[in-house]
Amino acid sequence: MGMFISVETDDTVIRKGNGLAKRLIEVCPVNIFAAGTDANSVAVVEDNVDECTLCDLCTQASPDGVRVVKLYD
Amino acid sequence: MHFYEFEAKRILAKHGVAVPKGKLVGSAAEAASAAQELGGDVYVKAQVFGRNRGKAGGIKEASGAADAGKAAAAIIGTEICGAKVDRVLVEEKIAAETLFAINATYDAAAKRPVLVATDAGGKDLDDVNDETPERVKRRHLSLLGPVLPYRSKELAHDLGLSGSGLNRMTGVVTRLAEICRQYDLTHAEVNALALTSDGRLVALDAHMELEAEGRYRQKGIVEELGITDADTRGARAPTEWELEAIRIDEEDPRGLIGPAVDFDGDMGLVIGAGGGSITTFDAVKRLGGNPANYAALGGNPSVDKARRLTKLVLSKPKVNKICVISNVVSNTRADLVARGVIKGVLELGLDPAETITIFRVPGAWEADAAKILKKYNIDYCDRTVSISEAARRAVAKVYGE
Repeated sequence: MGMFISVETDDTVIRKGNGLAKRLIEVCPVNIFAAGTDANSVAVVEDNVDECTLCDLCTQASPDGVRVVKLYD
Repeated sequence: MHFYEFEAKRILAKHGVAVPKGKLVGSAAEAASAAQELGGDVYVKAQVFGRNRGKAGGIKEASGAADAGKAAAAIIGTEICGAKVDRVLVEEKIAAETLFAINATYDAAAKRPVLVATDAGGKDLDDVNDETPERVKRRHLSLLGPVLPYRSKELAHDLGLSGSGLNRMTGVVTRLAEICRQYDLTHAEVNALALTSDGRLVALDAHMELEAEGRYRQKGIVEELGITDADTRGARAPTEWELEAIRIDEEDPRGLIGPAVDFDGDMGLVIGAGGGSITTFDAVKRLGGNPANYAALGGNPSVDKARRLTKLVLSKPKVNKICVISNVVSNTRADLVARGVIKGVLELGLDPAETITIFRVPGAWEADAAKILKKYNIDYCDRTVSISEAARRAVAKVYGE
């Protein structure tokens, strides 16, 4: 978990989405998502989480599969 | 980025301004040979940056080859204006009936290019301006349009010239203004422009400085002069601290650190944005602070870049407090800077509330920045607090009220 931002993913939702894992990796401008254990899953790169620009592209790609939390709110 | 005298003269010659015949050499023997080739009296001139080389013993007059060799031997290897001399320019001596000085530069107050001239050349123009301001003439130029020769002619007329002298001076002044603009120079100065008995105008000395940001754009002339990328052209060799700042900047393309300059003070500065960095630096100095560095951070840096810069600033032995101050930012996220700075401080095991004396980065995402800073009890101010006032508060915290 980052110091300022937390990114949580719901693996069950992401696995169900067609190519959703790949899309999450593609849309994040600061590489918070990386390929998971298989093609249908993602891993959160903790080192990059605090770089999150709060652009919402990941939550738009998967409103139910990704949750971004500002830890300072 | 400074040009040496011999480089400035190559630029002048390339653009049709007459310069004395000369040769750049690196030894006494070569200097003697160059003087022999030139014949007559010569000047042997240390090729270092900085003014007042003559007073520092960096310019010697020589008569003949042996004398030139001796002069070069006395100059090469010595330190002149803070730099070790490894090359001298051996140049024919030109007799001047009148010495002028012309400078094409920018008038920061008027925000326009300006031509400054005097008929009391050979001296620093600032000194002439202090001693005999009536002998310093000025003409402003347009930033948008081409350099118009009539402005140069007006200036030449103000110098008391007429007839062919007026026309020749008009040409030299116009070329100098064009050189300044064409090569992104902060100034192009011929501080000793000789009017000879046969009516020629010859540039005896020249100073030019390229805007640091223009170096890449001006690759053509930089390469033409044989200046390599490794030649940073600073007033001194970069310190390890400065090299590390460059590495941090180059390793992450997001945002920009630069210029980063190492000073001997005890107050760390993470500053930036549209003149905000220099304003803050000046304000800190004026208020009695002693900056440890100058490091402008901008262009929307990543959290990581801000983190690494913060750690670098705090790595300086005398520094245990920093201030983070910038002008209003539209292209830099205040919250990302806040995250990076706090991370850097925490990674060093320091208390952000104690270490960050003040955080004034108003602009994009400042509301989020404010929340972050509040969480860590960091003194935060918005744009209603001036840069000077923010600097005052920071200085007070570092040195006591």
